Amino acid sequence: MSKRGLSLFVSAVMLTMFALTGCGGGTKAPEESKAVESSETAGESKSEEAKSEASKDASKVIVVGYAQVGAESDWRTANTESFKSTFVPENGYELIFNDAQQKQENQIKAIRDFIQQEVDYIVLAPVVETGWDTVLQEAKDAGIPVILSDRMIKTSDDSLYTALVCGDFIKEGETAGHWLEDYLKSKNVAADEKINIVTLQGTIGASAQVGRTDGFANILGQNANWNMLAKQTGEFTQSKGQEVMESFLKQFDDIDVVVAENDNMAFGAIDAIKAAGKTCGPEGDITVISFDAVKAAFDAMIAGDLNASIECSPLHGPRVAEIIQKLEKGETVDKIQYVDESYFDTSMDLEKIKAGRAY
Amino acid sequence: MTVKEFKIKNITSARLFLPIVSLILVLIINMIKTPNFFNITIQNGVFYGYIIDVINRASELVILAVGMTLVVASSGGTDISVGAVCALAGAVACFILAGGEVSTDVYRAPYITAFIAAIFVGLLCGSFNAFLVAKMNIQPMVATLILFTAGRGMAQLVTNGQITYIRVESFKMLGNSIHGIPLPTPVFVALAVVLITLIILKKTALGLYIETVGINNKAARLVGLNPVYIQFIAYAFCGLLAGLAGMIVSSRVYSADANNAGLNIELDAILAVALGGNSLAGGKFSLLGSVIGAYTIQALTTTLYAMSVSADQLPVYKAIVVVIIVSLQSKEFIKIIRGFNLNKKKAEVAHER
Repeated sequence: MSKRGLSLFVSAVMLTMFALTGCGGGTKAPEESKAVESSETAGESKSEEAKSEASKDASKVIVVGYAQVGAESDWRTANTESFKSTFVPENGYELIFNDAQQKQENQIKAIRDFIQQEVDYIVLAPVVETGWDTVLQEAKDAGIPVILSDRMIKTSDDSLYTALVCGDFIKEGETAGHWLEDYLKSKNVAADEKINIVTLQGTIGASAQVGRTDGFANILGQNANWNMLAKQTGEFTQSKGQEVMESFLKQFDDIDVVVAENDNMAFGAIDAIKAAGKTCGPEGDITVISFDAVKAAFDAMIAGDLNASIECSPLHGPRVAEIIQKLEKGETVDKIQYVDESYFDTSMDLEKIKAGRAY
Repeated sequence: MTVKEFKIKNITSARLFLPIVSLILVLIINMIKTPNFFNITIQNGVFYGYIIDVINRASELVILAVGMTLVVASSGGTDISVGAVCALAGAVACFILAGGEVSTDVYRAPYITAFIAAIFVGLLCGSFNAFLVAKMNIQPMVATLILFTAGRGMAQLVTNGQITYIRVESFKMLGNSIHGIPLPTPVFVALAVVLITLIILKKTALGLYIETVGINNKAARLVGLNPVYIQFIAYAFCGLLAGLAGMIVSSRVYSADANNAGLNIELDAILAVALGGNSLAGGKFSLLGSVIGAYTIQALTTTLYAMSVSADQLPVYKAIVVVIIVSLQSKEFIKIIRGFNLNKKKAEVAHER
């Protein structure tokens, strides 16, 4: 076969591959077209309202354009759902949703469309950190406030966005510390009894790892009897978490607490603890704390293996709505706003909570 | 030259000498730094200790290194898709067992169906690579890059982007241990793969053919071998083993995690081949060398955990040890050392005169 024929063949194969992998996003198309239709009607109603701008009554529909990353995980799906259920006509909103399928150029195009459609607010969950200056300047020139969701962008000009809504990883780490303080108190552990802790860290340098490690360290510093035996990365995966925990258990005989910086590593740690002939959970020798509170974590808590999981909430919709309401009234808002996050432990009615959760 | 000297030289120039020395080197560091490294106790009827961890955790790597060795030897290229194929095979198996659900407590399909499907997916992916490399003559790294990129995407498609859990005790057996047997199951699987491959290579002329094709493709054709056929076997076998490793990986965590299963393991497998003293340019190979290389890599990882090296410095230490081991085995380095000794001897002789 000639070289050209060969390269043609390879590109054909690659194209089919991409088509195969890409078709997951294809199902979104009808939804989008529906959204565009509704946005047209929204645009009409808006121009009607523009005539009676003077009387700012409650019936005014606020049009919000949301440039979402795409459907990459449960968390993302729940995040999208949170926006779709918050910005409904009953609450006086019109949501134009765009799924960027993990591509920045799609998001930039979506923002330009939003500007064309003269939406009132743009919400952006940036897929990457850089390269937003031009398009956000366009939005700023058009007088449309931009609210970032979940991730920060890198820009020299802070005024390009109005606010950022995200999870507070440091606070999550501190919540884990406070939970442990309360838990030890409830167990009537003497204040001078030594508590040996090991930490399974996330992928080193990830914002969740840095925040959660620092946050927990803040509370660790306030408790003289807490002793951090070792920290090691489990790279946010179950198998690495298990491998590292196996090693910890051989190094140290008296581990009291395991802090796993996500749920999956905690599952691995639980398996390692059981394999070593020890027990964990509320009834066991070792207390296990994790982060994220995904559905499987609830299963582990119900099974009595996991003590507590600190939530990393994808429910950004209500907080963004709050910001928009404040802006509508002409108030100023804080540049960085954190979503409300709580924790779950085995003292709660987990079955009921699990059933009511979106992710 | 005395008889004794001759014997020592025989040992040092033996093929497996340097790989074994590297492994022993890593273990000796342990003996000094963490004396309890070699302690073995029995926990829940299963042997328990660092050494057990090493041979247990290295199993997937050993299996992949076996396949990778044949690929490297026959084509002088590497199959970088094995990690993604692991993920895909695991995803397919869990999808079948869970019947499309996210989590299941009972098998929705017989285990053997899922197992065969996983192996078949591996074989299929291997054959796809084999077709591109052997038949279409595409550079191995480019050809396998396709599945390296697309494999995890396809696994995501199969699992619908979720982690699929199979919470059935018998599913965990392949990756953990069977009741009553004191060693983890993956150890036996790895051992079986190595033995079967060795027997095939020694009892048939396949090993020789692979080396011939790897050394000189054209010459092999001239003596009547079909290089396409030989390379096809190597790549397809590598894919099949990747499917098997994928089953072990998902059995360990009783789930299919399309993003993380076998992540970066292809690089470790290639490193294992290199640490085993094999040339990445193809040709003559030593299967046992690669196997020892795989155990060395895992011993190193476990050692660094046991020595409590902090997470952010971990890659640096790994890199340093790998650089030392690889340069110990480099011919140029050995030449320099020999040359140095030679010069010293010459100087001594000159001095005596």
